[in-house]
Amino acid sequence: MSATSGSTLLPRTSGGRKRKDRIMRGLMMAATGLALVPLILIIYYLLYKGLSSWGRSGFFTTDPNGNFFGNPGGIRSAILGTLEIVALATIIAIPVGIAVALWLTEYGKDAWFANVVRYFVDVMTGVPSIVFGLFIYISLVISHVGGSGFAGWKGSLALALLMLPIVIRSSEVVLLLVPATLREAALALGAPRWRIIWKVVLPTARSGLVTGSLLSIARGMGETAPLLFTVSVAFGLTGNLNSIMNSLPMQIFGDITSPRDAVVARAWGAALTLVALVLILNLIARAVSRRSRLT
Amino acid sequence: MTGPETTSKEPEKMSSAPEQSEQEAAPDLSAMGERRQGHGIKVKDLHAYYGSVHAVKGVSIDFPANEVTALIGPSGSGKSTVVRCINRMHEEIPGGRSEGSVTLDEIDVYSPDVDITAVRRMIGMVFQKPNPFPTMSIFDNVAAGLRLTGTKTDNLRERVHRALRAVGLWGEVKNRLNSPGIGLSGGQQQRLCIARAVAVEPEVILMDEPASALDPISTLKVEELIDELKNRYTIAIVTHNMQQAARVAKSTVFMLDGEVVEHAETTKLFTNPSDERTERYVTGKFG
Repeated sequence: MSATSGSTLLPRTSGGRKRKDRIMRGLMMAATGLALVPLILIIYYLLYKGLSSWGRSGFFTTDPNGNFFGNPGGIRSAILGTLEIVALATIIAIPVGIAVALWLTEYGKDAWFANVVRYFVDVMTGVPSIVFGLFIYISLVISHVGGSGFAGWKGSLALALLMLPIVIRSSEVVLLLVPATLREAALALGAPRWRIIWKVVLPTARSGLVTGSLLSIARGMGETAPLLFTVSVAFGLTGNLNSIMNSLPMQIFGDITSPRDAVVARAWGAALTLVALVLILNLIARAVSRRSRLT
Repeated sequence: MTGPETTSKEPEKMSSAPEQSEQEAAPDLSAMGERRQGHGIKVKDLHAYYGSVHAVKGVSIDFPANEVTALIGPSGSGKSTVVRCINRMHEEIPGGRSEGSVTLDEIDVYSPDVDITAVRRMIGMVFQKPNPFPTMSIFDNVAAGLRLTGTKTDNLRERVHRALRAVGLWGEVKNRLNSPGIGLSGGQQQRLCIARAVAVEPEVILMDEPASALDPISTLKVEELIDELKNRYTIAIVTHNMQQAARVAKSTVFMLDGEVVEHAETTKLFTNPSDERTERYVTGKFG
């Protein structure tokens, strides 16, 4: 050992470098810890405040009643309203989004128009969600399109606009992962392009497309601003997407400023419910992506 | 592989039981019907470009029916491009275009009133890397050619089984036709891809270095298969492996820098080439 330690062939790591390494590692650990603090606090606070509401009888089975005294009611209409609005938004955004992504990867490729589309999709990703709400408000709500001013389906449209760029971008990434050799193999067999898309490209990318779509749904589900100007708030349960509806984000928005403790508690319960719904979607998305055949 | 009780499920298998397994292991082209006269390909004055790169410069090659023609030459000599111009796959590459004529018998493959998908159905292709469809089972992979081209057939099952027998894969996969095609070994995958090409019943099969990603034993199997396939198909094979060309091809084309240097009977090209550059290449002095 002592014979080699003085060798200049393989000098020892200098003390300065070791120290620098330790300091930098420590800083990065500290940053990670700092980032985790609010996250853990949010989850802790949500559980702490929300779980007691969850335990209240009728929390999931009654609608808010607007009474000034006594039991303020549960959040059934908010949960179902959110599910209805988001379901319609999904039906609009996902097929359109995947179609645009398919066009970009299979046909547009590097054409200038495809790049223009990509650019606008990127811009749309960065548009604040309230702008989508305002857009729908100006174009559909004020003019009472469909007979009523505020309506669930208008909220769905605003959410769909918000989800669209997310679906397009995530789908494009996944579709680009489908090996070109598979398209080539199918082309060389004499297959028309639409059949290649339908039978080779989409099935190969399926789990990735599902994952991206679920994440966009989870994103849309938690948005408040697009609903603010489009759906408004209601207490009652309704299946009519052409009327004002209740939804979880709006319920939270309305409840949290209430002077009544019971109503504020309901807001926390609703918030926990919303986080739970989003978490479930994320877990499903992860499970699906794990089964992916693409890496 | 395992005995007659599994084969009894297959009514279209007719040959007598004892030789069964041996017969299943070897390529059995009789499964595809009688030996038949194939159709030749003539390439004339072919120029091909990648954007501004002139990759193939006035190539003329005859690929006679029912023969194996090998294309050899160093990387970048344009062998693959020539082959990809025959089934019009070259134009799928961004910036790819070509001039000149390619005829299947007397039909111009590039004629404006010829359907490009019909060209590719008639002229099948096998690629360097095995590329079975990852979402499909072994059966579906072979059926893919028929399904993707919208070919209506009442005997899909039978055609798939025939194609698998033709490439000598039947014995290895008959008990797991529904398992994924990518679960097979590399050599098996490549034969699966050949089965997929054969199932469409093309006239010509183009092979772009079909064995270069395979181990020696799989390579041997593919070469044996090529030897069988020529009884029914016209075959053009691009290869980097000169021994392979010597083993499978009746005639061989030596290409260099996008031009044909020499096209001759394989034995002559390797033993007594008329061009000095060919001699230097086949003896390993350059390239």
